[in-house]
Amino acid sequence: MDPLQILDIAFLGMLLAVAFAIVRINSLFAVVMLTGVYSLLSAAWFVVLDAVDVAFTEAAVGAGISTVLMLGAMLLTAREAKPPKFRQQIGPLFAAIATGALLFYALPDMPAYGSADSPANSYVGAEYLERTSEEIHMPNVVTAVLASYRGYDTLGETVVIFTAGVAVLLLLGASGAGAGGGVSATRKREEDE
Amino acid sequence: MNAHLVLKTVSKALIPLIALFALYVQFHGDFGPGGGFQAGVIMAAAVILYALVYGLQEAKRAVPPIVVRLGASLGALLFAGVGVVTLFLGGDFLDYDVLPGGQHAGIIAVELGVLLTVACVMVIIFYAFSGRARDISDEEW
Repeated sequence: MDPLQILDIAFLGMLLAVAFAIVRINSLFAVVMLTGVYSLLSAAWFVVLDAVDVAFTEAAVGAGISTVLMLGAMLLTAREAKPPKFRQQIGPLFAAIATGALLFYALPDMPAYGSADSPANSYVGAEYLERTSEEIHMPNVVTAVLASYRGYDTLGETVVIFTAGVAVLLLLGASGAGAGGGVSATRKREEDE
Repeated sequence: MNAHLVLKTVSKALIPLIALFALYVQFHGDFGPGGGFQAGVIMAAAVILYALVYGLQEAKRAVPPIVVRLGASLGALLFAGVGVVTLFLGGDFLDYDVLPGGQHAGIIAVELGVLLTVACVMVIIFYAFSGRARDISDEEW
């Protein structure tokens, strides 16, 4: 067997184990940490799949920032999740099985991994690969596509992130107008109660 | 105050390195993996690590909320501004060929905008969330 394939199977197996643990554990702190582990494992797997830029983003955003943000959110709620009742789980179970079955049904239509005929490697993708070195003079085609060929999309993504920041500020940050206002205002409210 | 002496000492050594690595990811993005998004998140991680170890108030003194708000807006403005500049130079929106430095200059400029917005928005979100939570008491560490 191809050694890379063994890595694929190992990473997918670990991802599956972590996912099961996330579903089964009630301690939210452990769940948040395990989602970080899940992201880091996926990042490692993306490296095996030669998607280094994606792996980089997954490691930084998934394992780094979102773990911290989830911890911050957890501090605002409870440390333990109530174990769900069996009756509440039947609906989600069927939804998950149905989605999984549909995905498996669609699987044969996917191009083989690394196939030269896949949509990503033909049409415009192949053209970007051919033209980047003459037009952009840059070795990293991903950056060239992201910042130049698809500049509109990246501008849109940047504005989406900016909008997310504005939304969080509008919802949560109103009391934090000055430096440290958020904490003292919340504290004060708690003391009043 | 000395409860987390090891954490504080180690992170004091790590934070400048994290920030430096963010800049490396930013400016090496043309040649290797990386770019504004990743660099922005890593830069934000440096600030967040500082806040986690030294407390939110200290972090807000070092990186005031008003600065991150301005930075987030400036980044988006810089990206869109490059597009407007190319319009005025006679090209299409975000057509870097008309810029004095060509494609490379345009990409560096917009990636800088992405870095600013991503890093600042991540810090904004972190400040907003952790500003609401009580500090973790020492027993819970």
